[in-house]
Amino acid sequence: MQQQNVQSGTIELTYREAVREAIRDALKRDERVFLMGEDVGRYGGCYAVTKGLLAELGPERIRDTPLSESGFTGAGIGAAMAGMRPIVELMTVNFSLLALDQILNTAATVRHMSGNQFGVPLVIRMATGAGRQLAAQHSHSLEGWYAHIPGIKVLAPATIEDARGMLWTALLDPDPVLIFENIMLYNMIGALAVDAGPVDIDKAAIRRPGRDISFITYGGSLWKTLDAAATLAAEGIEAEVIDLRSLRPLDDATIMASVAKTRRAVIIDEGWRSGSLAAEVATRIIEQAFWSLDAPIGRVCSEEVPTPYARHLENAAIPQTAKIVAATKAALGRP
Amino acid sequence: MTASAEKPRLSRQHMLDLLKGMIRIRRFEDKCAELYTQEKIRGFMHLYDGEEAVAVGVIPVLETRDRVVATYREHGHALVRGVPMNSVLAEMYGKQEGCSRGRGGSMHFFDRASNFCGGNGIVGGGLPLAVGLALADQMRRNNVVTACFFGDGAVAEGEFHESLNLAALWGLPVLFVCENNLYAMGTALALSESETDIQRKAACYRIASEAVDGMDVIAVEAAARRAVHTVRGSCKPYFLECRTYRLRAHSMFDAQLYRDKAEIEAWRLKEPIVRFQGWLQSNGMVHAGDVPRIEAEVDAEIAEAVEYSEAGTWEPVEQLTRFTYADRTTPPDR
Repeated sequence: MQQQNVQSGTIELTYREAVREAIRDALKRDERVFLMGEDVGRYGGCYAVTKGLLAELGPERIRDTPLSESGFTGAGIGAAMAGMRPIVELMTVNFSLLALDQILNTAATVRHMSGNQFGVPLVIRMATGAGRQLAAQHSHSLEGWYAHIPGIKVLAPATIEDARGMLWTALLDPDPVLIFENIMLYNMIGALAVDAGPVDIDKAAIRRPGRDISFITYGGSLWKTLDAAATLAAEGIEAEVIDLRSLRPLDDATIMASVAKTRRAVIIDEGWRSGSLAAEVATRIIEQAFWSLDAPIGRVCSEEVPTPYARHLENAAIPQTAKIVAATKAALGRP
Repeated sequence: MTASAEKPRLSRQHMLDLLKGMIRIRRFEDKCAELYTQEKIRGFMHLYDGEEAVAVGVIPVLETRDRVVATYREHGHALVRGVPMNSVLAEMYGKQEGCSRGRGGSMHFFDRASNFCGGNGIVGGGLPLAVGLALADQMRRNNVVTACFFGDGAVAEGEFHESLNLAALWGLPVLFVCENNLYAMGTALALSESETDIQRKAACYRIASEAVDGMDVIAVEAAARRAVHTVRGSCKPYFLECRTYRLRAHSMFDAQLYRDKAEIEAWRLKEPIVRFQGWLQSNGMVHAGDVPRIEAEVDAEIAEAVEYSEAGTWEPVEQLTRFTYADRTTPPDR
């Protein structure tokens, strides 16, 4: 539950509540904004993000849909083209594959293909990531795939502040924006300024400064990465932690400035290693900062396996703090 | 024009307009085929030969404020909707004077001025889009009808069923127009559908439907008037199946191994232009000089479009990635 701390001007709330507040705020700011998706209304959202919003905002604007991902995602595209500002919620990234035709073949193409006559100012939110033992059809991290597509923007809010602030900025964007919310973050509690509002969606953020190595990560992996940085600090290794925030476009400048300083990089990405976003970031570092590097770039990604159910196997399949620490020591040549 | 009136008008001028509409598409596309062999036009190009009565029967019934969603076989729809022939042909040339700046080609005409919301190259892909356009109009209390054209092949797609359900569930003003030409590319309807009476599928979604002879422009227009009137009055979807036939190949790469020449010849006897022209002649509604005059007018327009397209310019390669995202020249509401 939200708790207000009058003295510090902050409130304590969960990531889930921050997303809910962002949705509520957006619908109140602009009558063109509405939310639609599976179980967003009466059920309150698969991850309880939209709980209570139906009663407050009504069924036209908190719109339950049938299980027709392609149909209602396409409807969001059409509504956006006709002047609305829809937020489409896809329950998980795995289900978004049923809407991939509309996202890739329509949303991402219309502006260019129509010679700028039509645009798609649509926001699509979805849950991503493993960690709840949901097995191989509800746990994957495919945001890196989406980041492959020109014509859309891809965001990964990792903090309470970004969960609260990215949505409105995304809605102001004239082009389709996908927002990936890692399921392990929904229960995370943090402080948010009482007057918190929209945030930029095009810059990476340095979440911890350091001189010895650059950690480049996003989304749910940010917190494991910060844990790894804290562990390493106790051993005298100061890691700089970059939260990409936007996976498309990538903020090359922030990455390269950090690598120029630390001369080493490890990329932490919950996507599978082959053809991953981590591969893209690594390639850009090689293209743009090769002569700054003192060591091969390290990657901590998901193992190349469908995410398994059993807890110990699931944990072994995705990036963990110990793996980040090990990759760092390898990059630094330390035992 | 009394577009919302239910009854078709049978004035001589209106008949000549319908005839000209079809002749204009046919002769334009004959020219396109010729230009294709000259390699002026490339890529996929799907001709509408035989199906002209559908676009000509339906689209003029719509109001200016209404919207059109089309397929990749959309030359006819664009022309009837009022997308200038110059910009349509220039698009097929790939010139920046084209209606999509040369980025779309034959399959992807767009024209904001006439609410022509795209030729769509993904079979069934336009249906959810039409549902969304209509949803916006419903939420904004616009009295606008979205006409969504698709072929019989789209009926097999999940998006068809999702879209019909959504439109009916939410009471959206969509006119679904199925152009049933009996083949999904080369696969006959009977080989792809367990129920080949397509308009019956609409009943599963409680959508009023009608099937009409899509080779008879008067019948199509009459049905379209009923349909548009119903959608506008009820704010509910309507399903119109136009039974027609594609007389030419699916695209310019199609050897037509899947159908007999005899079948094509049999359908050619029902071909919409000759049939309508003959009917008008037998009723004395078309006079001796009418058809040559129409053909001359159309040919002059086509000649001008060719000249326009030949003189058109290539978008500078430096602009290749322009409009992948909006830039500062894009109006804020697009």
